[in-house]
Amino acid sequence: MVDRSGTPLVELKDISIAFGGVKAVDHVSVDLYPGEVVGLLGHNGAGKSTLIKCLSGAYRQDSGDVFINGQKAAINNPRDARGYNIETIYQTLALADNLDASANLFLGREIVTPLGLVNESAMEAETRKIMNRLNPNFRKFNAPVSALSGGQRQSVAIARAVYFNARILIMDEPTAALGPAETQMVAEIIQELKRQGIGIFLIDHDVHQVKRLCDRAAVMKNGELVGCVDVDDVSTDDLLGMIIAGKKPEHLAA
Amino acid sequence: MADTTGSDATSPRRKGLLDTLEVDTRLLGMIGAFVVLCLVFNFVTEGRFLTPRNVFNLTIQTVSVALMATGMVFIIVTRHIDLSVGSLLATCSAVMAMTQTVVLPNWLGFDYGSGAIAPLALIAGLVVGTLIGAFNGWLVGYLTIPAFIVTLGGLLVWRNVAWYLTNGQTIGPLDETFQLLGGINGTLGETGSWIVGAVAVVAAILALASARRSKKAHDFPVKPLWAEVVLGVVIAVVILGFVALLNAYDIPENRLERMFEARGETMPEGYTEGYGIPYSVLLLILVAVVMTVVARKTRLGRYIFATGGNPDAAELSGINTRLLTVKVFALMGFLCALSAAVASARLTFHSNDIGTLDELRVIAAAVIGGTALAGGIGTIYGAILGALIMQSLQSGMAMVGVDAPFQNIVVGAVLVLAVLIDILYRKRTGAK
Repeated sequence: MVDRSGTPLVELKDISIAFGGVKAVDHVSVDLYPGEVVGLLGHNGAGKSTLIKCLSGAYRQDSGDVFINGQKAAINNPRDARGYNIETIYQTLALADNLDASANLFLGREIVTPLGLVNESAMEAETRKIMNRLNPNFRKFNAPVSALSGGQRQSVAIARAVYFNARILIMDEPTAALGPAETQMVAEIIQELKRQGIGIFLIDHDVHQVKRLCDRAAVMKNGELVGCVDVDDVSTDDLLGMIIAGKKPEHLAA
Repeated sequence: MADTTGSDATSPRRKGLLDTLEVDTRLLGMIGAFVVLCLVFNFVTEGRFLTPRNVFNLTIQTVSVALMATGMVFIIVTRHIDLSVGSLLATCSAVMAMTQTVVLPNWLGFDYGSGAIAPLALIAGLVVGTLIGAFNGWLVGYLTIPAFIVTLGGLLVWRNVAWYLTNGQTIGPLDETFQLLGGINGTLGETGSWIVGAVAVVAAILALASARRSKKAHDFPVKPLWAEVVLGVVIAVVILGFVALLNAYDIPENRLERMFEARGETMPEGYTEGYGIPYSVLLLILVAVVMTVVARKTRLGRYIFATGGNPDAAELSGINTRLLTVKVFALMGFLCALSAAVASARLTFHSNDIGTLDELRVIAAAVIGGTALAGGIGTIYGAILGALIMQSLQSGMAMVGVDAPFQNIVVGAVLVLAVLIDILYRKRTGAK
């Protein structure tokens, strides 16, 4: 069980963002504790990706605050987020297709020699180490990532997030494009990261997957938070009801 | 499927000679095309194309466009374009010409022929070029105006700023020291050229060795030693052959006599001396090396290629892509100024139409050299080779006596053909 007695790792408090007249996120508060996986559920356009982009620095919220370890955090861009050890695995993976795995893994944080030049050998060696751990079958270290399969690309994106000692990990539909074996690999990685005390926000469409991988599920609809429930207290039907009807299950609403 | 890709040291596989040498087949194809081109022209002109004299002229004619083409690679790799380089060259050239003929001697009281004039004029031009480039980059990166529009405007603006600065006059002759950059008026001489050639060979071999050592240090597979040796020998032969060729172009006798007279000596009977490597070519080689290092070995280069491959990913990785755009355009401006110095020094004066249509030659050189307009792909050496191929075509056709309109028709057709071949090549090899 996750210990929720201390300070939460992340607190998103009363976050709102509007695009033009549309309220994409409307006064939503969610928190995340160390070693916990919180699933974010909702229809397309429910606002889950938008909410999480305030944490990853891709968007800036109109109102509301982000607290990291109880301290108010100013996250204006992806660099700031990285400064707080927040790593994001985007749905699009955000890989530069023309570069190889190690160049992508270290993009923005290259290892340099004393002369200030990038140290390709050292980066490739580190890449081999971490890929051996995450995906032992991975061999295409010198090919541009455009030549990799979906699962291989996914493992590069995950390696990038994990390598730099993330404390908070955001995964935006990490298994959407993957086959069963690769999905299993992602599930195992999530379990291992949990054990290391990393907090994970997992955005997903699949309620079964959320039941299996997450500790709590936060459901959003039309930019508002329907509710945040312990996955063991609800059935998949309850979760679906929250997503579709926007109603909290009766045994919890009371 | 992992097995087909995992061809590491443990699974020796029959490989072709080219695979073992790990040379870029694309580069090889371009060099092959270039060699065929030279041989054909040489045959048609009955051996006049590959004389030391013509090779010398070809190299100094290529420098100006090649310098800018190296910068254009970065611009195109980041998915932009710069149509203003020819005009920017004219503005920089005008600034340098006015600095050395009016500003320094008349306004600031420098003596004509003072040794400080050339460097000061050069610095003024480089600063102006870099600033204008940075300004273009700011318009593109921060104000998000498409580069095509910014530089199309720049094409008109800077051409006419140059006109305004000089009142449309031809400014010259330029300072004698300044003219050293032009080519024929400034060469290293035979001994100096051999020294440079030897240094280059040593540097190339050291680079090969250090790459091998660093691969070994991490237990990566390395190619067999004989392959490295073959590569080293080929590089050495090419470098020293180039030097020998340039040294073989003798300085005309009456010019030598004047040089001796200037030193107050008399020329010994039967004395000959070769030109050697022109300073401008040395400058191009230096720029090529620096730009290649920037592209491959620095963070800046990484970010340029990453941004070209996927701008969103680069932004999300914390790269400041706006500032990067400014840097890339500023670099382009700097190279335009450098190119302006070489071009005007070669002419020995600044003329109002200097650099006209250079933007198209520069873009064509980069594209023939394998830079993809979709971004993310391009090499410095490719662009320089592209510039060399274009210049060879042009001057070869002129030597053969092809009519001027046909020359441009051929160059245009070659550009389109080169891109078609590139597309087919990439499809064939499965690269994107």
